[in-house]
Amino acid sequence: MGADDLLALLPLLVIAAASVVVMLAVAFYRKHMLTVQLTLGGLAIAFISLFAVASVVPRKVTPLIIMDSYALFYMGLIFAASFVVTILSYGYIEGREGRQDEYYILLLLATLGSAVLVSSNHFASFFLGLQILSISLYVLIAYFRVSELGNEAGIKYLILAASSASFLLFGMALVYAQLGTMEFSLIAQRSTAADMRSALLLAGLILITVGAGFKLAVAPFHMWTPDVYEGAPAPVSAFIATVSKGAMLALLLRYFTLVDIRTFGPLFPVFTAIAIASMFTGNLLALFQDNIKRILAYSSIAHLGYMLVAFLASGALAVAAVSYYLIAYFVAILGAFGVITLMSGKVKDADTLDEFRGLAGRRPWLSGIFTAMLLSLAGIPLTAGFIGKFYIVTAGVGSALWLLVLVLAVNSAISLVYYLRIVAALYARSLAEEAVAAPHLSLAGGIVMAVLTLLLVWLGVYPSPFIRMLQTTVARLI
Amino acid sequence: MILIWLIIIPFLGGIIAWYSDRLNTALPRWISLIALTFDFALLLALWFKPGIVLPPAGNLVQGSTMWLAELDRSWVPQLGISLHLAMDGLSLLLVLLTVFLGITAVASSWTEIQDRVGFFHLNLMWVLAGIIGVFLAMDLFIFYFFWELMLIPMYFLIALWGHENRFYAAVKFFIFTQVSGLLLLIAILGLYFIHARNTGVYTFDYLQLLGTYMQPATEFWLMLGFLIAFAVKLPVVPVHTWLPEAHTEAPTAGSVILAGLLLKTGAYGLLRFTIPLFPRAAFEFAPIAFVLAVIGILYGAVLAFAQTDLKRLVAYTSISHMGFVLLGIFAWNETALQGAVMQIICHGVATGALFILVGALQERIHTREMGRMGGLWATAPRIGGVALFFALASLGLPGLGNFIGEFLVLLGSFRVNIAAASVAAVGLIAATVYALWIIQRVFHGPNTFNWRMPDFRGREMIIMAAMIIVIVWLGLYPQPVFNKAGQALGNLQRSVDIIEIAKPRLSRAGDTRRGLSLFTDEAKRSRRIGTVPGVPMEAVNGR
Repeated sequence: MGADDLLALLPLLVIAAASVVVMLAVAFYRKHMLTVQLTLGGLAIAFISLFAVASVVPRKVTPLIIMDSYALFYMGLIFAASFVVTILSYGYIEGREGRQDEYYILLLLATLGSAVLVSSNHFASFFLGLQILSISLYVLIAYFRVSELGNEAGIKYLILAASSASFLLFGMALVYAQLGTMEFSLIAQRSTAADMRSALLLAGLILITVGAGFKLAVAPFHMWTPDVYEGAPAPVSAFIATVSKGAMLALLLRYFTLVDIRTFGPLFPVFTAIAIASMFTGNLLALFQDNIKRILAYSSIAHLGYMLVAFLASGALAVAAVSYYLIAYFVAILGAFGVITLMSGKVKDADTLDEFRGLAGRRPWLSGIFTAMLLSLAGIPLTAGFIGKFYIVTAGVGSALWLLVLVLAVNSAISLVYYLRIVAALYARSLAEEAVAAPHLSLAGGIVMAVLTLLLVWLGVYPSPFIRMLQTTVARLI
Repeated sequence: MILIWLIIIPFLGGIIAWYSDRLNTALPRWISLIALTFDFALLLALWFKPGIVLPPAGNLVQGSTMWLAELDRSWVPQLGISLHLAMDGLSLLLVLLTVFLGITAVASSWTEIQDRVGFFHLNLMWVLAGIIGVFLAMDLFIFYFFWELMLIPMYFLIALWGHENRFYAAVKFFIFTQVSGLLLLIAILGLYFIHARNTGVYTFDYLQLLGTYMQPATEFWLMLGFLIAFAVKLPVVPVHTWLPEAHTEAPTAGSVILAGLLLKTGAYGLLRFTIPLFPRAAFEFAPIAFVLAVIGILYGAVLAFAQTDLKRLVAYTSISHMGFVLLGIFAWNETALQGAVMQIICHGVATGALFILVGALQERIHTREMGRMGGLWATAPRIGGVALFFALASLGLPGLGNFIGEFLVLLGSFRVNIAAASVAAVGLIAATVYALWIIQRVFHGPNTFNWRMPDFRGREMIIMAAMIIVIVWLGLYPQPVFNKAGQALGNLQRSVDIIEIAKPRLSRAGDTRRGLSLFTDEAKRSRRIGTVPGVPMEAVNGR
């Protein structure tokens, strides 16, 4: 391993080092503000290091990790999202009971796990990244031990994630038994040979799909999502919805770009069924919820279904479409959970529809931002979600996936009902006794929300620079 | 650049109006009014713009000379999207209508809306900006962008300031338009990829996509995607059910914009996109469109007659009147098209005025039930007089604009489909019945509930006077409108003819469309030989 290899690994090393530094700092001097600053510093340095690394990519560092522009792009997205989550967490945790600082160590570790996932080229690094991510999340979800819902969510996530990980391991073992390799590129190479396409290999791939599907929370592996989103602290829910899912999707996209999913027997129909089921399950169940976190949970199931449409379209257009949609989705989900975070009191999260009724009268800017985020999730013009949805439909039509595209159209309409329900509540007259004194807005939180909103509008109005960036980074995967 | 300003002015005006709310609640109204007046002035400048010598109608004019004004900037070059706005006579008329009705909408909600005034005007102005964008867009992506953009503020107008059942009506409206909008998007993308496969150029530009060659079956499906989106907006009968709810529950300004403008975006879409982009499929579909149009005319009129809610009644008359527009568009000859455009404009003004009248009545007596009205003429003679005028306009009294529109549509469609035109004419009788019925039930008879109410005053009379002048002007001297629309319509017709002739397949419906020419010698001969009328044999055989 030479100097260039180490340089290529720099972002991962920085994040790992940051978690160690925070841990040491916490051991000697506990101060919430300092911990947050160290965490943010680590994430910022890691983000900047991506530009330094850009000169040595693409490069395979050991058989486990591949650093290419695709991985760098997704790492950038993950680091930026973690940065936002950290800032939101500060205002959320400050003043709450209990130890505050370990939270950030776990957050950094979860970020590290996600970064390993997006750069992984091997089952071993896949599994390692996944476990680093999952184990950090178990604790983060149940971080506030006074919260009953949080504990329940943590246990639920632990059991389901552990069992899905065993599915994943078994699947990997089957694939290894058949092909004798765990490296993605070699798997792709060897599985093209017709005589290798045995039932064993297929069973292995299906089991891996199950394991990955759990992480992505696509139907029918979505059961944990609403409870975990509701029980977890709002910033952690935001992290699960964005970073954890995004990393897994990026990995799947890399894998199935190597192994053409269309030529692979029943895998294509299986993914089609998953996409359709996710869209319908997510959107239909969201209609019946009164808790905004649960609505966002179901809506995220549907959004993953949308992304699978473009995922199945495959090709350079599809990879760019998924990535664009993912950026739009990251911004909108972080923004939406950000509003919930900022609105939350010190005891309980503000997540029922009633707590948001008439928000426009009390907090016009915050409710304006929330409206923009929700409309983006619904895919309305002037927001990032519109271009994202357009991109996905373009990819779908380009590959003539008519059924999926029509299902997407129908679902997009269904989803409007619940998004608009929240939006209408925001602008309704507030119930008189509901005039809860909303907590004071922190400056950092306000700035983050403003930046997210500007980004949302920029992505929706002038997407050209972003698309150009995607074409020079992500689309190189093909 | 003038075109982008037409959109930006109401857009920014809306934002300023929203924010000025906290200073003074009258401020948003004035700001909106000023912004729209400014837009109106720009449009008048375009109307009278000297130096544009339009070539004689009948020639296809290509390139920049085709437009009164044009803007073409690259927007997302990677996907072939450009910010292409352009205005011809047709767009000019429709944008003028938009701004005119926008001003009346602001004025008519002057006292009705007292709650969240700033946000109301934000939505009102953004809806108008979206509609203007729809009428100007010459890039299909931009068109879809504005098409979707105008929905959200409209949803808010209904859901927040509407009447009793507003949330249901707003969501229903939204879902109908959203689903059909996504079908439109899919069809646009289908066209985009077919064009790219044929030529290697990825573009959403309308002029480049015109004349894209495709298999008849493909053309039919794509045409259907375009048709459904516009049919929902128009609305055509099986997909009209959102309309009565939305119109009834919306606040006055919302109803004016819905009936006066949103329905017209559907008609405009059919005229500008569906038929020119897919002429053969559209003309094969024409017989069905005629049937739907006639059903709409009669069904809307009959259901209007069955209503007891005055606002709902007016809403159903829109379905009937839009049937004439559909008939005229699919008849696709100059007479019928001019009639359809005239009907679009006059229906917008007359029905807008009727909704303002109903809104004024509701503001005064807090009911829309005709059973609870009666004898109102005595207490409010001005309201009665104005209502009588617009009821007469709506039933198509000669001398008023609506008559010109309906008459020309019937005249034009008679040449294409005698049966459809004859049955549609019955709709005029039904219109007479319901229009006079309104006047009788509301303004005559005994005033059983002893209503006492203030009559129209200055502001309301000014709005009404302006609308009356427009209707009378269009009824007595419609030529300026014909001149403006004629060039644009001629261009659309010519572009369709070129596409039709360029393709070696003779469309049966294409012949009936030319109506009488079927019976000329040339047409007979060419049908016998199996070539296209007007094209020399060598040209066909040479292919």
